[in-house]
Amino acid sequence: MTMREYMLGNVAIARGLLEGGVQVIAGYPGTPSSEIIDTLAGLEDRDYHIEWSVNEKVAMEVAVGAAWAGVRSVVTMKHVGLNVAADPFMTLAYAGTKGGLIAIVADDPSCHSSQNEQDTRRYAQFALVPCFDPSTPQEAKDMLPYAFEFSEKFEIPVIFRPTTRISHGKSDIKLGEIPVEKSAPHFEKLLDRWVMLPKNARPRHTHLLSIQQPIEDALAESPWNSLELNPDAKFGVIGAGIASVYAKEALVELGIEVSFLKIGTYPIPRKLILELLKTVDTVLVFEELEPVVEEQVKMIAQETGLEISVLGKTNGFVPREGELDVSAFLEALKKTFDLEIEPEPSGTALELAPRPPALCAGCSHRATFYSMKKIFGKDAIYPSDIGCYTLGIQSGTVETTLCMGSSISVASGLYHAGEKRPICCSIGDSTFFHSGMNSLLNAIVNKANITVTILDNRITAMTGHQPNPGVGYTATGEPTVQVSLEELCKAMGAGFISVVDPYRLEETQEAFKAAKEFEGVAVVIARQPCVISGKRAGIRRVPYVVDPEKCEGCKQCVKFGCPAIEFDEENKCAVITALCSGCRVCAQICKFEAIQEVKR
Amino acid sequence: MSQAEQKKFDLLITGVGGQGAILASDIIGEAAVTAGLPIRAAETHGMAQRGGSVVNHIRVGKDYGSMIPKKGADLILALEPMEAVRYLDFLKDGGIIIVNTQPIIPVTVTSGLTKYPDVSDILDVLSEKYIVKAFNADEVAFEAGNRLAMNVVMVGAVSGYLPISKEILLESVKALVPQKTIEVNLRAFEMGRQKVEER
Repeated sequence: MTMREYMLGNVAIARGLLEGGVQVIAGYPGTPSSEIIDTLAGLEDRDYHIEWSVNEKVAMEVAVGAAWAGVRSVVTMKHVGLNVAADPFMTLAYAGTKGGLIAIVADDPSCHSSQNEQDTRRYAQFALVPCFDPSTPQEAKDMLPYAFEFSEKFEIPVIFRPTTRISHGKSDIKLGEIPVEKSAPHFEKLLDRWVMLPKNARPRHTHLLSIQQPIEDALAESPWNSLELNPDAKFGVIGAGIASVYAKEALVELGIEVSFLKIGTYPIPRKLILELLKTVDTVLVFEELEPVVEEQVKMIAQETGLEISVLGKTNGFVPREGELDVSAFLEALKKTFDLEIEPEPSGTALELAPRPPALCAGCSHRATFYSMKKIFGKDAIYPSDIGCYTLGIQSGTVETTLCMGSSISVASGLYHAGEKRPICCSIGDSTFFHSGMNSLLNAIVNKANITVTILDNRITAMTGHQPNPGVGYTATGEPTVQVSLEELCKAMGAGFISVVDPYRLEETQEAFKAAKEFEGVAVVIARQPCVISGKRAGIRRVPYVVDPEKCEGCKQCVKFGCPAIEFDEENKCAVITALCSGCRVCAQICKFEAIQEVKR
Repeated sequence: MSQAEQKKFDLLITGVGGQGAILASDIIGEAAVTAGLPIRAAETHGMAQRGGSVVNHIRVGKDYGSMIPKKGADLILALEPMEAVRYLDFLKDGGIIIVNTQPIIPVTVTSGLTKYPDVSDILDVLSEKYIVKAFNADEVAFEAGNRLAMNVVMVGAVSGYLPISKEILLESVKALVPQKTIEVNLRAFEMGRQKVEER
């Protein structure tokens, strides 16, 4: 009997990499991709190198080095990570690989935890590399060994693109074998391939173009594409990746007979599309995000002179933004056949209070933002960055968030534009190491006058507590060099550096005051471990309680916004709940000394 | 209903990040695998987890995607009363909803931006169209020995509706909760199951 296990999609992907004989894995954390490396780094018998790299570009280059040494390598990231890694990736397509190289790039339709919903399949088109688009966690696992072989056969990197519902879906998974034998590394000095001088790049571009057709032909034969022709049906459906499963479920439920083409690879299988187009008069293309397949289908129909209506995103049958589901397919069907559209479920008359995500009780970021706001005031400008602390938008101290590392450079730009208001930006420790360092260096050298706050919570928190260069251990928990943020800032020429404990409001506010007055780039490092990882590491603090006798009901503590502080309207008194982690910040805010340690 | 139909069940678990919705869904998922049933689930990870509204889809006996279609869920298991209402679009007409009546007040309410609806109003609205089973699962968990076992109380409460035997579910609880808390959690499961049976 084959083993079946209940697995998270990303754990199934990790398993697929093991079944494919992976030897080097690098990546940068990013939802929804992070658990792939978390899983593989946590296994006990590892015969592969695994690392959290400082950013996606670096991770990509580590994987490239390994693949050029002839071993199978993987780089993982979220969709926007490929923007960072695009520089090596675009040229890697020319140079190609020896060992198989898979770039796992997880898309996030609906921006569940992202700043945009770009479609990685566009990058595959752009770079002229093959792309695998799994429809279920099982298929995701099964595709990976195939993807390694494919990459090696054509000596080209491949993209593997799960979406949030694959990565964070769970499913029973049938396991396969993990190979014992792996290739020995040997770097062959193929300078005409590894040195992308113009004289080498030109023929490699020609080569890359020349293998496109063979790649497409090979993929068309792969098990990831399948065509079910129904001789009586004049209506066809093309479903790509996970969207194919939504479409299939709806069609089976409705009992509608159609011809169905499932697409799981790019460049898309023209051969199968032509076969379908020859038998139907209408085809509905259902795919998540960009109309990648749809545009190609239209082109094929036009080139071959087939009179077919191609329905999808370009003509309003399927939404181009957000994630799809069974309901979205039903809507598209109703539009296609002009069916009466049922009104949306009416909902209820109840007004629900929104429940946005919030910083944890005792989160040091909230304390830092409190002091920052106190000193810099409403008038100041607060560029920020990407991490849990983006939720500081609720504290009024996050006014820009563009991409990783951008806070400091956007702050510089605001200053150089001539803004006279004080500018105080914030960036997390991991984001600073990722690409904020370059921005700080630039700000210092080009003489910006800004305050840079490094929110040093000693971990990469939002993506699930991965280590970064500041923490002193690697992905696998091995001790390593602990890089000092203050020494780094000093080496880059920062004229003002102050390290504070954000739980101490007075000390933090003094530092912000001095930073605000400083002419040039002032760096404030607010250092306090993340409450979640701190608790796991054994940090225990005595919780606090409100003395109802002393509480005047002024709500200053409530306005701080900590989820552990509620207000009892009946007794006009603040209440601290069991969520309290004992950071003591609210006790310092209270003017009436009404908040005290719980007495044991 | 054919036997295959009886083995199919679409369940939505709603709640607040940190309440243990993922563990509740894992207990059911692992049990489905033991029972030899296909299983699909979708979870909330990442930023939304930080005290935000969370929703897990669990599809027992299903081979397709992990997302339950609108008006497709047989049952909503709501770990928090307001979160019972937020995802009602997913519940099929006449479906069942099991509600933990203990509210968690969001920051938007404590900061005075908006109001939390009366729990009794919530239950009235739900009862108009659906079969409602409501009780305070936090208190039941406390009685069982630990407030943190609320999610397992709720798994117990839904257990009678699932196409998976109680024994298999209990094995799954044992396998997934921390070793030291097994006894409390088994008690929590039983007490939750009783709460629904007596209603």
